[in-house]
Amino acid sequence: MNLVLIAEQTLNGLQLGVMLFLLAAGLTLVFGIMNLVNLAHGALYMVGAYLTTYFYQATGSFALGVILGLAGTLVVGIVTELVALRTLYERDHLDQVLATFGLILFFNELIAILWGRAAIYSTIPDYLSGHVELIGNLRYPLYRLVIIGVGLAVAILLWFVVSRTRLGMLIRAGASNRAMVAALGINIRLLYTIVFGFGAALAGLAGLLSGPIYAVQPGMGELVLIQVFVVIVIGGIGSVRGALVGALIVGMVDTMGRAFLKPALATILSPSAAETAGPALASMLIYLLMAVVLAFRPEGLFPSRG
Amino acid sequence: MALSPRTWILLALLLLLAAVPPAAAYFGQPFYLDLLRRVMIFAIAAISLNLILGYGGMVSFGHAAYLGIGAYAVGVLAHYGIHNGWLQWGLAIGASALVALAIGAISVRTSGIYFIMITLAFTQMLYYLGISIEEYGGDDGMRLNVRSQFSGLIDLNDPTEFYYLVLAILALFLYLSRRLVESRFGLVLQAARSNEVRSRAIGLSPYPYRLAAFVISGALCGLAGALLVNHTAYLTPEFMNWTRSGELMFMVILGGIATTSGPLLGAAALLLLEDVLQGWSVLPKWVHEHWQLYLGVILVLVVLFAKRGLAGFLPGKNE
Amino acid sequence: MNNLLLETRQLHKAFGALIATDQVDFDVRDGETHAVIGPNGAGKTTFLKQLSGELRPDTGSIRFAGEDITGLPSHRRSRKGLARSFQITSIYRDFTALDNVALAVQAHAGHGFHFWRPAREDISLRRPARQVLEKVGLEKRANILAANLSHGEQRQLEIAMVLATRPRLMLLDEPVAGMATDESQRMIEFLATLKGEKTIVLVEHDMDAVFSLADRISVLVYGRIIATGTPAEIRANPEVRAAYLGEDA
Repeated sequence: MNLVLIAEQTLNGLQLGVMLFLLAAGLTLVFGIMNLVNLAHGALYMVGAYLTTYFYQATGSFALGVILGLAGTLVVGIVTELVALRTLYERDHLDQVLATFGLILFFNELIAILWGRAAIYSTIPDYLSGHVELIGNLRYPLYRLVIIGVGLAVAILLWFVVSRTRLGMLIRAGASNRAMVAALGINIRLLYTIVFGFGAALAGLAGLLSGPIYAVQPGMGELVLIQVFVVIVIGGIGSVRGALVGALIVGMVDTMGRAFLKPALATILSPSAAETAGPALASMLIYLLMAVVLAFRPEGLFPSRG
Repeated sequence: MALSPRTWILLALLLLLAAVPPAAAYFGQPFYLDLLRRVMIFAIAAISLNLILGYGGMVSFGHAAYLGIGAYAVGVLAHYGIHNGWLQWGLAIGASALVALAIGAISVRTSGIYFIMITLAFTQMLYYLGISIEEYGGDDGMRLNVRSQFSGLIDLNDPTEFYYLVLAILALFLYLSRRLVESRFGLVLQAARSNEVRSRAIGLSPYPYRLAAFVISGALCGLAGALLVNHTAYLTPEFMNWTRSGELMFMVILGGIATTSGPLLGAAALLLLEDVLQGWSVLPKWVHEHWQLYLGVILVLVVLFAKRGLAGFLPGKNE
Repeated sequence: MNNLLLETRQLHKAFGALIATDQVDFDVRDGETHAVIGPNGAGKTTFLKQLSGELRPDTGSIRFAGEDITGLPSHRRSRKGLARSFQITSIYRDFTALDNVALAVQAHAGHGFHFWRPAREDISLRRPARQVLEKVGLEKRANILAANLSHGEQRQLEIAMVLATRPRLMLLDEPVAGMATDESQRMIEFLATLKGEKTIVLVEHDMDAVFSLADRISVLVYGRIIATGTPAEIRANPEVRAAYLGEDA
């Protein structure tokens, strides 16, 4: 177990963490402000990946692909909100879960109709590919560093918006007391649409960033969505800060667990036992972590409601 | 006997189900035997979910876990050569109850969005656990080469005998769940769902009741899992996939939450709908190929517009 | 010697910079009807919530029947005989009136882990429930769904549920809130029949109710009790007149 490997996995954990953060930030606000359980958030992630890949290949320019992909996801998100989700704000959680579950089926199949069920090939442009020499012998993919950079930039941007602008103030107020914000005469519908659009754009961003690394296929959203839920539960509903902390913790624990648990177990168990127990335990690690956090802080680490 | 109109309808439905094997044999359509047996098994699972979701108001997104645990209990024992049905099914129920206790102890304290996500996350954890254990097939799963043996009392390899066993269990569960929700325990559960603050004010703490309901519900679903694996003769971690949980929830809401007949109606409606969308020759091919698209739309429309579920169309008292 | 059934010592609760309950010493004698009045925003409901267990005070203590209950959750306080009614009617809307009261009876009749016998056919629950409904005058509406009762009847049902738990002390939060004059008259007359039998803490705005029912009145202003005394003493108190009653009390 050498330092280079640890450093590499740390960076991987960081990269997974910022990806989860991009998804969790929007979703936790939607949970906290609109009290809406939106299972279809993963669908927007998927749409972002597909649209960007499509536009990149169609126009030949990665930058254009990103812009059009993000814009497209934003449009899809807002249309979905206006058409299907508005009526759900007033409904109870069960209805929201089931309706957005239906939306997932719809979106997954729609993507399958347009692009088929098999994973599509998503590439990165030359100027983003390749490796970078970091300290020691560590050669780390440039693209992943870009993802980390983008994620942290978004985190800073979000921090700025949430704590320094009027919109951010409304968001924070809405997260801790929805009824009050409405009672103050703020155009609540517009606020909801803006927040939702924000979340959709972030999800689309996460999707387009992840395309080249993970598989781009129907159903890709749901795989990551559950991890996002774990992040939000750990971080606390409605809290962007919680989403960041939770995402980094989950990203690290999951990555480190997958990389080091098996070898670690092999030092105390037999190799064959470690062979089975290692991956099994590693895949369960973040859920066990969630259980532990809940045992002490049932509202998460940074709950936004007083 | 003073039974309500709804009970008569339910009895009629059960009688209809009982008439299926001879009818299927007469018309030479064994497919329907298979289909309806599947419907009944899922109805049993839906009954267990209705207990906590419908009557208890606990939106548990993790119920498929118990289908999986029940199935794996049978499958794993069979894998090691233990085919005794009593043992297998006993383990299915017991293991499900234990896991429900563990998960419930943590999650039942929470509510709202937290509860939904936590139950979902734990189920997914079990799903990944199932995938990662190569010994039991990993994500390919295992075949069940020998069905559960009941020392000659009943032969599950005979489709008709198996069918009637499932029907008997269904009828039993319908009766048991009815008694449960009308008992003191059931009323507390419903009261806690109706108005939690009021419940505390009169001296009731919802937690122990909800936890108990959660465990009972999990245990009953474990039995459904044992039935399911015997029905399909194979098992995969997909039994525990969260979309399966979503399907179960849909059956409950489609049929009508907090009603006795709802789970049966809902299971029948959803599974028959899926079957129709996938194979009914009247529908064009592009519907068959992408049936999930249409199912998704239908489900959304049902949620938005048909809140009372199918049971709401039955005559008789409003619960 | 008058037994103190309920007393608070230095009860204090703040929400950020807002002090809702300010070092409050409060006591209730066994058998008395003690009203708590004060202008809107004085913190009456917050105070009541701390007594019933819905809110935890920041500091201070609450003793009930000689026992410290400060840390006890609300359902445990109900079990000990401290019952509360709500300002905004909080009943089981999808159950009948009789079901509502029977549930309250059931909550105090041992544990609820009976899984087999239908609770609605349990005489030991239904009979006391009917008796309570009779007492509040709702026996004819026993089988009506609570949601379909009139507002006044729902308030009566609230009181019935409190009574069904056989409390030693009743915390009533604006029992006649939103009632028409004749309805509130009936409710006041009914509450008067409970005087002496039950110990009552009454939070109210309706001065008719307060002055006809209360043995003692405490006046709460900005979280502090500025005066406690008999109705006559309170009426005459200049501070109270200035803060709350105005000139025509």
